[in-house]
Amino acid sequence: MTNNLDALADKAVDADAAAEPAGGFAQFDTDAIGPVQKLQRFLHSYPTFVPLIVLAVSLIGFGLFAGSKFFAPYNMSLIVQQVSIIGILAVAQSLVILTAGIDLSVAAIMVLSSVVAGNLAVKLGWPPIPSLFISFLVGTGIGLMNGFLVTRVKLPPFIATLGTWNVFYALNLYLSGAQSIRGSEIDQTAPILKVFGESLSVFGTKISYGSLLFVAVFLVLWYALTRTAWGRHIYAVGDDKEAAELAGIRTDRVLISVYAVAGFICALAGWSAIGRVGAVSPTSFFEGNLQSITAVVIGGISLFGGRGSILGPLVGALIVGVFQSGLRIAGVDVLWQLFAIGWLIIIAVAVDQWIRKVSA
Amino acid sequence: MHSTLARAAFGALLASVAFAPPVQAQEKITACLVTKTEINPFFVKMKEGASAKAAELGIELLTFAGKQDGDADTQIAAIESCIASGAKGILLTPNDSSALVPIITKAREAGLLTIALDTPLDPANAADATFATDNFKAGEFVGKWTAGKLGDAAKDAKIALLNLNAQEITVDYMRNQGFLSGFGIDIKNPTDIGDEDDPRIIGNAVTNANEEGGRTGMESLLQIDPEINLVYTINEPTAAGAYEAIKAAGREKDVTVVSIDGGCPGVQNIKEGVIGATSMQFPLLMASMGIEAIKAFADSGKKPEPTPGLDFFNTGVELITDRPVDGLPSITADEGLKKCWG
Repeated sequence: MTNNLDALADKAVDADAAAEPAGGFAQFDTDAIGPVQKLQRFLHSYPTFVPLIVLAVSLIGFGLFAGSKFFAPYNMSLIVQQVSIIGILAVAQSLVILTAGIDLSVAAIMVLSSVVAGNLAVKLGWPPIPSLFISFLVGTGIGLMNGFLVTRVKLPPFIATLGTWNVFYALNLYLSGAQSIRGSEIDQTAPILKVFGESLSVFGTKISYGSLLFVAVFLVLWYALTRTAWGRHIYAVGDDKEAAELAGIRTDRVLISVYAVAGFICALAGWSAIGRVGAVSPTSFFEGNLQSITAVVIGGISLFGGRGSILGPLVGALIVGVFQSGLRIAGVDVLWQLFAIGWLIIIAVAVDQWIRKVSA
Repeated sequence: MHSTLARAAFGALLASVAFAPPVQAQEKITACLVTKTEINPFFVKMKEGASAKAAELGIELLTFAGKQDGDADTQIAAIESCIASGAKGILLTPNDSSALVPIITKAREAGLLTIALDTPLDPANAADATFATDNFKAGEFVGKWTAGKLGDAAKDAKIALLNLNAQEITVDYMRNQGFLSGFGIDIKNPTDIGDEDDPRIIGNAVTNANEEGGRTGMESLLQIDPEINLVYTINEPTAAGAYEAIKAAGREKDVTVVSIDGGCPGVQNIKEGVIGATSMQFPLLMASMGIEAIKAFADSGKKPEPTPGLDFFNTGVELITDRPVDGLPSITADEGLKKCWG
């Protein structure tokens, strides 16, 4: 199961639940459990099912509400394209949130990295590969800076990244002059910057390389989080930093590595964003940080750290995409779209709280 | 030792901040420029224009900006600082035409010349003067151009409208409604986007006036009707994003995209055929004229007059296209590149 770590974390509770029917005293309890409690316990064991169920319900709901255009294969692939950038940012965000932190600077790192790549490759005429390489160095480097502020200067992550968000955003405006680098200029000088905008047509869908990258990033991080020592350390640090330290984990190193990897992933998102919007756009994704947090929260990762599967935000990003696409296709006014996404966040977290009460 | 020095330096700094304005007010005229954001090249250019003119006239210029479109709070705080600095005048591009009226009134009461740039206040006479683009006219120009270019096909047009954001601020509805009225559509309430019932309008989407929003908004409208053949966009970055969506749908040959602003990358996109026509406005002119007005006010107490027939001073709009329509004055993209901003 994807959530073996969650299961591990809650193993004591599950063990109790499993043991009860076998024990003589617990027989009455079993009889007393209604279907709602059974569902609650099931979801407690497999929390990733919550966003999956929400996704399924919203797909069906919007299929009925917005009509057949919504369910067209092309529209389904379009939704994936539309959430692919925020989705990749959500991976970076998840890593940080799993350590009980938060990163408000993800979108600023992303845009800054793409502006660096665009300036070097298009404006200065550098070869594209070294330009991209430097943009990744920039993304990773400023991620390291976040990690340094959190671990060495001991700033709360919210404050550290609130500061660096503004710093990186200002740098981005300075380096770009707030002016986009146009698609046709990129095509002439460094088409590889737009590679993630290319797409494959399969069975009436249009799958962009950016969409594939989005899924690939999730799979790689899922593997890293569930199958490597580094991943387990991240959960341990997020769950209880002192305990992790006593267990011999070098928690500061884990934290710094998390922010650096998050920075790297943001730079990757920056590359993909150039393909998606067809230009190096310093003004796009202004609220990307909040959108990534939305995807993470709807995906069921706890803001308190140490709990939740990385696949949750993948589904969370898709849920937001399905809502936005469905509401737009149905011609709903934009302010009601905001209204709906707001309630979605509240309900998602309320359901999460309800599931966690199972141990009580 | 170190800390004493630092404290002394800090004290001196505080003193200079506290006492600077009155001293300066005697020697040098101070003016303030409060723009909507730092993220739009239009306002970056405006700041350049104002700074250059201020340097030329020997005026001290303080500049401020909101954080994003619609951010009135930061602008109110900026105007408060400006009044406190003893400035002679304020140039403001209001992020919220109504919410900024009380603070501007306070500034006028304090004896400052207040000039709204680009976006009028509501009511417009809340400021001493308004130097602006006639955004309705700017929209009308591209609307008329489109109607002229489509000819008979205009009656079967399928129109997508890509606007700014959910707040529907002044510039947003003026451009949108100007375009529709120029094209020949009954706009009903001229301050409301989306109350039209003409069947040729497929839909409205909001874009935050950037490429990402332009692409996503266009994709959604193409989902509603894949045969859209006419796209109005709030500005040229939005147009560039919309074009990506149109290209991805393989319809770039059949769709006409029009825009408003006149930024240099946008004019370049006219030259390359991405955008059919755009209305150019002149931020540099607005700002430099604003600084001149403050100087004149400081010297003689004279306030600027509006253009006859309008409640603001019109700084002009020019239609840019490489495919001119008879009876509609326009200049080519190459000529436009010499005048563009950003």
